[in-house]
Amino acid sequence: MHRTGELYGHFETLEQQKETATLGMWIFLVTEVLFFGGLFMTYTINRRAFSTAFGIGSNTLDIGLGGFNTVVLIMSSLTMAMAVWSAQVGRKKLVSVFLIATLGLGTVFLGVKAIEYKQKFDHHLIPGHRFDMKYHPAHPMAGDDPKEMALEKEEVDKAFAVDPDINAHGQLYFSLYFGMTGLHALHMIVGAGLLIWLIRGSFRGRFTPQYNTPVEIVGLYWHFVDIVWIYLFPLLYLIDRHR
Amino acid sequence: MSKHIVSPVVYIVIFVSLMLGTGITIWAAFQNFGKFNIVIALAIATIKATLVILYFMHARYSAKRTQLVIVCSVFWLAIMLALTLSDYTTRPQQGRWASANTYYHA
Repeated sequence: MHRTGELYGHFETLEQQKETATLGMWIFLVTEVLFFGGLFMTYTINRRAFSTAFGIGSNTLDIGLGGFNTVVLIMSSLTMAMAVWSAQVGRKKLVSVFLIATLGLGTVFLGVKAIEYKQKFDHHLIPGHRFDMKYHPAHPMAGDDPKEMALEKEEVDKAFAVDPDINAHGQLYFSLYFGMTGLHALHMIVGAGLLIWLIRGSFRGRFTPQYNTPVEIVGLYWHFVDIVWIYLFPLLYLIDRHR
Repeated sequence: MSKHIVSPVVYIVIFVSLMLGTGITIWAAFQNFGKFNIVIALAIATIKATLVILYFMHARYSAKRTQLVIVCSVFWLAIMLALTLSDYTTRPQQGRWASANTYYHA
């Protein structure tokens, strides 16, 4: 394909090329919106049908780790936006710095997610034949005071009395939890790969005020993944905390 | 158009607002607003998502046709969600489902 510098032959100007790329990326993100939208719909309908099991399941999630991850992810969105700004004003060193920061924060997010998954394995909350909601009190954190633990045990027992099939319905909750957070994590891993590609480019000084489309486009993707988490966090972690 | 450069000050203001939103949503989750807990959580999430789209994703400064694509996608998603929910929420409750609900909605 004919190409002059970063300008491909079928575009008149870099400006036009960037606008086209942005539009294309948004159209891809629209398909992602509908993809995750379907998952959120599945979650909503099942939560409505099996609210007891979903409530107990939701309360087993660690709000501290989930909240920390939310902060980390929003921070990574800020550093990503700053990387775009650095490229636009021609601060080439800063582009690399902010991209590396974004990658670092993304990695922290995935690490925390791994810790959370490990907890679920330890507490028999992975859908399958060893699944048992009765095994643990609602907040499986070390150092919980016994009074609260007893209260939570009572809550779980009560839930079992109300919904005898709670272990079946609970597996539905955790299937959705692992499915949705897993797909979100997969998107983060793809994003991390894209960031590594950008960082290599930034080391070669590829991104300038005239040409920074890749940073902008990957930024759109990264912020979209952030938005998915903005919805996942309250829906999965916070829905039944108020009792 | 895409020539517009958003200043770091704007980014930091948005970042602080998003942090505040996260704080409020966690606080609100522990208050008992009955049926409105879910509404409040989703409203805050939607405000946060809108801020990210408008400023971090530069939608406010994008070309008109890009903005049209964004609005259409949200509108289409709303149609799909509304139609699906209008089906599920109007089905008669079967015995087993009703019993699973009693604990929370009695």
